[in-house]
Amino acid sequence: MRAILKRLDAGNAAERREIVQDDWKYFGEDDGADALIVPLAELQSHLSYPGRLGVRLAPGDQVENLAGDVQRLSLVAIEFPSAGEGRGFSQGRLLRSARFGFKGELRAVGAGVKQDLLFILARCGFDAFELAPGQKVDEALRAFERYTVAYQPAEPLSSIEQQRYHAA
Amino acid sequence: MGISVTRGPAPILPRMYQYDQLDQAFVDQRVAEFRDQTRRFLAGELSEDEFKAVRLRNGLYIQRHAPMLRIAIPYGLLSTRQLRKLGEIAHRYDRGYGHFTTRTNLQLNWPKLETVPDILAELATVQMHAIQTSGNCIRNVTADHMAGIATDEVDDPRPYCEIIRQWANLHPEFNYLPRKFKIAVTGSPEDRAASEVHDVGLHLRRDAEGNIGFQVLVGGGLGRTPIIGQVIREFLPLPHLLSYLDAILRVYNRYGRRDNIHKARIKILVKSVGIAKFRDQVETEWRAAQDIAPVLEAAEVDRIRAFFNPPAYESLPDIEVAAGREPEFQAWYRYNTRPHKVSGYRAAFISLKAHGQNPGDMSSGQMEAVAALADRVSFGLVRVTHSQNLLLADVKQSELYGVWQELRRLGLAMPNIGTLTDLIACPGLDFCSLANAGTLKVAHQIQQQFDDLDYLYDLGDIEVKMSGCMNACGHHHVGHIGILGVDKHGEEWYQITLGGSVNGSTALGQVIGPSVPQAEVAATIERIVDVYRAEREDGERFIETFRRIGVKPFKEGVYASYSEAA
Repeated sequence: MRAILKRLDAGNAAERREIVQDDWKYFGEDDGADALIVPLAELQSHLSYPGRLGVRLAPGDQVENLAGDVQRLSLVAIEFPSAGEGRGFSQGRLLRSARFGFKGELRAVGAGVKQDLLFILARCGFDAFELAPGQKVDEALRAFERYTVAYQPAEPLSSIEQQRYHAA
Repeated sequence: MGISVTRGPAPILPRMYQYDQLDQAFVDQRVAEFRDQTRRFLAGELSEDEFKAVRLRNGLYIQRHAPMLRIAIPYGLLSTRQLRKLGEIAHRYDRGYGHFTTRTNLQLNWPKLETVPDILAELATVQMHAIQTSGNCIRNVTADHMAGIATDEVDDPRPYCEIIRQWANLHPEFNYLPRKFKIAVTGSPEDRAASEVHDVGLHLRRDAEGNIGFQVLVGGGLGRTPIIGQVIREFLPLPHLLSYLDAILRVYNRYGRRDNIHKARIKILVKSVGIAKFRDQVETEWRAAQDIAPVLEAAEVDRIRAFFNPPAYESLPDIEVAAGREPEFQAWYRYNTRPHKVSGYRAAFISLKAHGQNPGDMSSGQMEAVAALADRVSFGLVRVTHSQNLLLADVKQSELYGVWQELRRLGLAMPNIGTLTDLIACPGLDFCSLANAGTLKVAHQIQQQFDDLDYLYDLGDIEVKMSGCMNACGHHHVGHIGILGVDKHGEEWYQITLGGSVNGSTALGQVIGPSVPQAEVAATIERIVDVYRAEREDGERFIETFRRIGVKPFKEGVYASYSEAA
């Protein structure tokens, strides 16, 4: 089974992440699974899927195409196929915004999901990471702690500005 | 107990942004992160490609001879403490000099890769960094070097640059853009920051009620497809500055091309969809994204603005400085100093364009000495200009003669600012692995050809800009005379353009004809200025003559003499 690095206590101030075994199947792996992730092109034909449903977005997919179906989805997997491909950051951030209101698992997948991107991925709202092959789990867990401050508002860390003006 | 500590007066900090503990934590943590990334690379745990993505975002290139480290000098402003530190770093970790760039950054050409984390740690001790000086992310934000002292300014752009610097640093969503992204902010009608050839240009404006805002330009840029920026918004109220930039960047990040590096800048996106549609996209995104947009609170603006309050100017009359002094000083005063909005003061250029020197280069010793000078005469601050010189912004007129004497001793008083030999040049083939041709030899050739100051002064205001390849780091497209190095069957040749401009009315230069070999560049420029001298009307500057008579007479002047010689 796949290992996924997951944030377990979403919403709490103290973050806790650990490796869990993936209970999701990708389209084509086991089409009768309890929890199935389909590509965007297959979404409409799976809306009445009996189990939990997730969708996988490629960098060129438009999040607007999910708009009406976001509440049906338990998971959105966003692809980071290489280090330079940055569209997924906007896809993730938009899905977490009020416009889409996605509250389920936001998972980063692909060869680009490596420890040096984890901090900014988390700040764009990702809470699950399918680490690229060869990534060390202990280093990946520590990667979220590299910065205690940031200049932009984002989940889950308060921004510098918020610390300056809203800290007790 | 019982021990009394006598404290001196609190040190007067220079009028620039000072890090608080949160800013300091951020750069310190960035250094620690890069130290670990470098360790992993050297241990073979990070591939070349993986390391490239992170080293570029910390200013580190792998160049022709050695790594090159580009240190950010946000909006060109340096305290003397910082300048001393740069000199010290160049001395200790490099070959005792650095190169100032058109983005007002400082490049070190010979650092050892394994020492770069130490260099960054040194920089962090003086509130400096090299974050996002390269890579496909938001680069160092630039401003007018006359910010805060110009006589015609709407408002000082530097506080807004600092706000943008902070917003851009490790922006989680916009760290992997299709291509690099450059922002310039100006506060004067005269555009001294080349803002119209930036991905975003921000022009400070006031509305009818006197509220501060920005005219926003988008889609300008040089490189292989030079394009002048277009107005996307006539007036953006200040509170929306960051949310609007967020919207522009999000549209670009989502829709900018990623399939072809030469078509990936925002200018290509704006051009392909048209400014009207691009504006619609941005405005729609901006209105829809309020809940995730950064909020620029008035208290934060006030906090940052306060750092840039004017220094303690004395109340002084304007005085006659040059009369009766030696002609060398009079020339320096005329060419290398500029009016100041406060009476009794003037701004003085430190020319990094001495003939025989590489444009923009400065030695560690010069940095140290200029820091000492600025402590004495310019409130402990030095500015880096877009034209690769430095500026002492706040010099008492009564001090100018002494400043000139000291700069002359240091080899920094070449009285050529604004003249043909105040030329902009990238490092070219001698250092840069992208370059097709050398720029430094050509610069020296031009300096030699135009070494007669009376001749230089007679030619007047001519901007020469030279790039060693079409990436256009030397901004050749917008030089009155532009020089572009090209590779012709393994030889270094140069294409000449005329009529480019960024100041006043931005225009792109026109190619005058076939490129010329390296040995002929200075002679070709001489033929160009000969045409100007023959054709100019009373008091007409080079660029004005060009605009009046067009490229044809210049073309004839250059190539007719070629065919005669051949």
